[in-house]
Amino acid sequence: MRAQIALYVGLGLLALVAPFLGLYPVFLMKLLCFAMFACAFNLLLGFTKMLSFGHAAYFGASAYITGWLVTVQGWGTLEAILGGVAVSMLLGAVIGAIAVRRQGIYFAMITLALAQVVYFVCLQAQFTGGENGLQGIARGSLLGLLSLGDDRAMYYFVLAVFVAVFLFIRRIVHSPFGQVLKAIRANEPRAVSLGYKVDRYKLTAFVLSASLAGLAGSLKALVLGFATLSDVSQGNSGEVILMTLLGGSGTFLGPFVGANVVITLQEYLSDLAGSWVSVIIGAIFVVCVMVFRRGVVGEIQRRFGQRSD
Amino acid sequence: MTRNSKFLALGALLGLYASSPAGAAADQVVIGDIDDMSGVYADVLGQAGVDVINMAISDFGGTVLGKKITVLSVDHQNKPDIGASKFREWADQNGLTMVLGGSNTGVSIAMSKVAAAKKVPFIAIGAGGASLTGVDCTPYTVHYAYDTTALGNGTASAIIKEGGKTWFFITADYAFGTQLQDAATKVVLANGGKVLGAVRAPLGTTDYSSFLLQAQASGAQVLGLANAGTDFSNSLKAANEFGITKTMKPAALLAFLTDIHAATLQTAQGLYLTTGFYWDLNDQTRAFAKRFFAKVNRMPTMDQAAFYSATIQYLNAVKAVGSTDSDKVMAQLKKTKINDFFAKDGYIREDGLMVHSMYVMKVKTPAESKYPWDYYKVVKVMTGEEADGTQPDPSCPMVKK
Repeated sequence: MRAQIALYVGLGLLALVAPFLGLYPVFLMKLLCFAMFACAFNLLLGFTKMLSFGHAAYFGASAYITGWLVTVQGWGTLEAILGGVAVSMLLGAVIGAIAVRRQGIYFAMITLALAQVVYFVCLQAQFTGGENGLQGIARGSLLGLLSLGDDRAMYYFVLAVFVAVFLFIRRIVHSPFGQVLKAIRANEPRAVSLGYKVDRYKLTAFVLSASLAGLAGSLKALVLGFATLSDVSQGNSGEVILMTLLGGSGTFLGPFVGANVVITLQEYLSDLAGSWVSVIIGAIFVVCVMVFRRGVVGEIQRRFGQRSD
Repeated sequence: MTRNSKFLALGALLGLYASSPAGAAADQVVIGDIDDMSGVYADVLGQAGVDVINMAISDFGGTVLGKKITVLSVDHQNKPDIGASKFREWADQNGLTMVLGGSNTGVSIAMSKVAAAKKVPFIAIGAGGASLTGVDCTPYTVHYAYDTTALGNGTASAIIKEGGKTWFFITADYAFGTQLQDAATKVVLANGGKVLGAVRAPLGTTDYSSFLLQAQASGAQVLGLANAGTDFSNSLKAANEFGITKTMKPAALLAFLTDIHAATLQTAQGLYLTTGFYWDLNDQTRAFAKRFFAKVNRMPTMDQAAFYSATIQYLNAVKAVGSTDSDKVMAQLKKTKINDFFAKDGYIREDGLMVHSMYVMKVKTPAESKYPWDYYKVVKVMTGEEADGTQPDPSCPMVKK
């Protein structure tokens, strides 16, 4: 436990000074956004054992809505983020309500199919700009007080949100509600026989995960200034699964580590290998599944005999 | 042990970042090339685009104002997000002084927003969309090689004069395709023609059968192909295989030399197309083409020639003003006439469009072609004003009304 606290403090300090170590703030922010996305996804996969194949739908939809609210409707930054999150929450509620009735592969297929519907809506709808995407999304300011135009200001804002989300997820998992989720993960029929309304718990977890994924998408749109089809595409859904599994699903730090590895590789390999990046990352995924199934953090914890939480 | 292992993990994470690029290089002139290196437009510019920039730099002497000239390049994979974020990163991290924009209008529009925000000159070459100097114009954008307006004015009017009055479009489904279709439609309507229908095909489509059947069912005389790169050669080949070219006349609204090469003369013969450059126009173009051929074993496309020309223009401007300051360089670029193998008396208009002569070409028959890459004959030379109008685009906010 003490080691864990020391690790979190260490990571926190590192994150605070990172922009002054010559690391590129926009890259760090992108990293945090995807780490947040992976943590949200992990809430579903790691702690409830529901594998969604369509999480990009919530991430991307929220990015588009936030972008649209800022550029077309002229909303402020915080309101636009909340607007984006509200839409992804709604989307999560609708898709989740349909999907949680099924399990395993059928659950995955329903989330995949409905996410593809969202993708095609984004491709065809006028407000998203189709193939061109939404461009020039201004970052605005925090309640009119602190301008987020500066990369460092924006970085600390994103960092604060990420830490809040991270702690929030920890809180959820350790709460009685989280214990029920873990019970469902371990043995669903048993949870039913104990009298828990399992579908309701699953739906709540689904909506929470979708909303947090949406929050990550909103922030990404503001950080980079655009929302495009890549955000909402199937590839993005696959990437978040990859990040979570690579880092270690069902661990708190796993998705964060996984997102770090994947985004960093993409960043540096894109210069060298172009579109081969996806092949290389695919190969890494295969190695991960064959050699260390619990993911990086999962394996470390197992080796040194620590419980998964 | 546990604590050690955790710090080990932390250390490993840190190690990942150790290779981060650090700091801007103020003593360098950095030219970025953001282009499709592996997708449907890779042949139009692609890797050869990087070669041609390097060729221009070594012809210039490798340095300007005593500063080394370096080139950065990236494959944007036709994704606006990759293009824009690389541009931003280079501007923030690598001391970027100018960007040459490769193919894809959607990506270029995204990049132009970054150019405006970061105040870095952006010379769009591979992209055709006229909105780059219209609604999407910025003080730092130059649209150098061609635009959709010129393509419409060239090809569409040539075909209408031959009697092709009714049109059906197969359009690449993004900014470039729709703008090209709009430009051609304007010309068709202005000359008393009619557009009977249009269908949008996603970028990178390989199966055109359903689109072609719709085109055939429309009964139009002309099949307008508002696409480019391998999309163009695939759709043209498919139209041939379906026998549609017997009843409809295909119109290449944008075709590059490499596309004609890929489609073969057998398929492409008799096509009209509009281009800003052809390697076999005169001794100057042939001299450049010969050097280019020696390097990449192909003849240069319009865009590759424009890459060379634009690099030299930019370096000359830097030399003339004695700095890489974006505003000074842009002012210098806008007041300099462009006279080289690529353009005669070209000039950069208030809205950022480089106005220069355009050529309406007809693709030769296999019998007419006397030597390798002998593909076009000139039908008409349009002055820059004929191609793009005499006035700057009023939808550009910078244009004084």
